[in-house]
Amino acid sequence: MPSLTDVMTADADLTRAPGIRTIAALGAAPENAFAEWLCRMGDNCLILGHRISEWCGHAPVLEEDIALANTALDLIGQTRLWLDLAGEVEGKGRSADTLAYLRDAAQFRNVLLVERPNGDFGHTLMRQFLFDAWHIEMLRALQSSADPRVAGIAAKAAKEVAYHLERSADLVIRLGDGTEESRARMQTALDRLWPYTGELFMGDAVDQAMAEAGIAPDPASLRAAWDSTVAEVMATATLVRPGGTFQHRGGKQGRHTEALGYILADMQFLQRAYPGAVW
Amino acid sequence: MYAQMVKAEGAKAREEMSEQERAFQDRIDRGEKIEPKDWMPEGYRKTLIRQIGQHAHSEIVGQLPEGNWITRAPTLERKAILLAKVQDEAGHGLYLYSAAETLGVSRDELLAALHGGRMKYSSIFNYPTLTWADIGMVGWLVDGAAIMNQVQLQKTSYGPYSRAMIRICKEESFHQRQGYDILMKMCLQGTPEQKAMAQDAMNRFWYPALMMFGPPDRDSVHSAQSMQWKIKINTNDELRQKFVDQTVPQAEYLGLTIPDPKLKWNDAKGGYDFSEPDWTEFFEVIAGNGPCNTERMEARITAWEDGAWFRKGLMAHARKRDARRAAARLAAE
Ligand SMILES: [Fe+2]
Ligand SMILES: [Fe+2]
Ligand SMILES: [Fe+2]
Repeated sequence: MPSLTDVMTADADLTRAPGIRTIAALGAAPENAFAEWLCRMGDNCLILGHRISEWCGHAPVLEEDIALANTALDLIGQTRLWLDLAGEVEGKGRSADTLAYLRDAAQFRNVLLVERPNGDFGHTLMRQFLFDAWHIEMLRALQSSADPRVAGIAAKAAKEVAYHLERSADLVIRLGDGTEESRARMQTALDRLWPYTGELFMGDAVDQAMAEAGIAPDPASLRAAWDSTVAEVMATATLVRPGGTFQHRGGKQGRHTEALGYILADMQFLQRAYPGAVW
Repeated sequence: MYAQMVKAEGAKAREEMSEQERAFQDRIDRGEKIEPKDWMPEGYRKTLIRQIGQHAHSEIVGQLPEGNWITRAPTLERKAILLAKVQDEAGHGLYLYSAAETLGVSRDELLAALHGGRMKYSSIFNYPTLTWADIGMVGWLVDGAAIMNQVQLQKTSYGPYSRAMIRICKEESFHQRQGYDILMKMCLQGTPEQKAMAQDAMNRFWYPALMMFGPPDRDSVHSAQSMQWKIKINTNDELRQKFVDQTVPQAEYLGLTIPDPKLKWNDAKGGYDFSEPDWTEFFEVIAGNGPCNTERMEARITAWEDGAWFRKGLMAHARKRDARRAAARLAAE
């Protein structure tokens, strides 16, 4: 039995960790890595969109109900673009819907951050901000992708995500620099979510193949810009960047938290209960 | 309807009216719009606050039964459409609270009245959405009934309410179409199980949809005054009849049976004869005994209470920012 530290420590080499699919395991075909990478982009949007749509009708003010629904709508739209392309690149006739509704948890490629439960509204906003700050850098870089389809999706999505970030950053600042209670809640959210941010920048063989093909940036290259956005917003919000260095990982390779199974049980219910039915 | 059994105040015959009241009524009779700064009888103002407030509450409580299925929508396209629809409903709530504010009542006051049980929302949202077909049924029947009411309210005498209705009506037809489209897919291309699901939804939603128009005219004590003020344009029974006449052919197209053995075309009146809903059930639901009253109110109250720190945080930040700006201005002088 392999020791857990192999996969749980920050410096573990995931490409060699047992049980985690590598390019070699995928048959080393570059199109498989590409499809895999596209699923990562799509699944991040799908799972985060799902999470925030759980707030529908339950937000603290009506304006937030509207804004969250709007963000979820953007993310579901982006999901369709990424996953349709993933299916096309994969070439097995799978559509965005097949990928979303008929894969089990281990085939999902989203980062762990987006599947974290909503918690209180501050927790939801902090998760959104930490993700948006990465998402925008990723999409900016992808606009010069060697693959014009990727560049096209990124250009469209970047416009939407710039607005997501503007909104989430603004709310993190206002709540951080609000009351004692709102500050405490935002700091708790940041502390809890922090160990899930590192995964956004950890590359593996898929990322390496994408970077070599000029399709996507090396995830590590996005770190500096993200760091500076986060530092600036946290300073204005009077929040303290957590000191811990431990980071969870595995989502991008299909190793998820318990939360994802419940998300899929909800999301896939009808497709699973009525196989082959059209809706 | 979204506003059911709104109590109207101060019904007066022309000879009992003061000169000011007569002049006001003349403006309404001429089809003029009343604007927030204009003089209006207190009864008109209060009745409108009740009606617009109840309508606004219905939009936001109405998010719950549909929001319930966003995470379970069967395709990404359906999910996106439903999200857009529910987002619209929240927007409608916003327009309507704003319209009510022009009458001198704040959104917070209206919400406090809702949470305290002093204000109502439409009876329809106290019924559960148990299957995906219910989402189709809500769009087709519930939004369909809402449109029937809102179209006439575009001509209502109060300017801000009328303008809110015009805006809302533009979005509502998409709501009804998306509902009908869900059912077309299930009924015309679906499996026997899907068709059964749709029929079951029809059986459960038909009478509650008819109840949306409120009690029969013979029992509608407040209608006369509201109609005199053009807060209401058509009677409950008129709208209900129109709704049935419009809906029957649509149901036939889907191959769904309306759960009413008495439903029959009447050549003489040029409309359908149909059974009345069970008004005892209606009054029970209004009184809080519908299948979901407790859950709906709990959900709204919890959202409000859990969100208190959020709203306070934003207000505290705004105060700090203003204070900092004032200090900066002072320092600059
Ligand atoms: Fe509505
Ligand atoms: Fe509406
Ligand atoms: Fe609607």
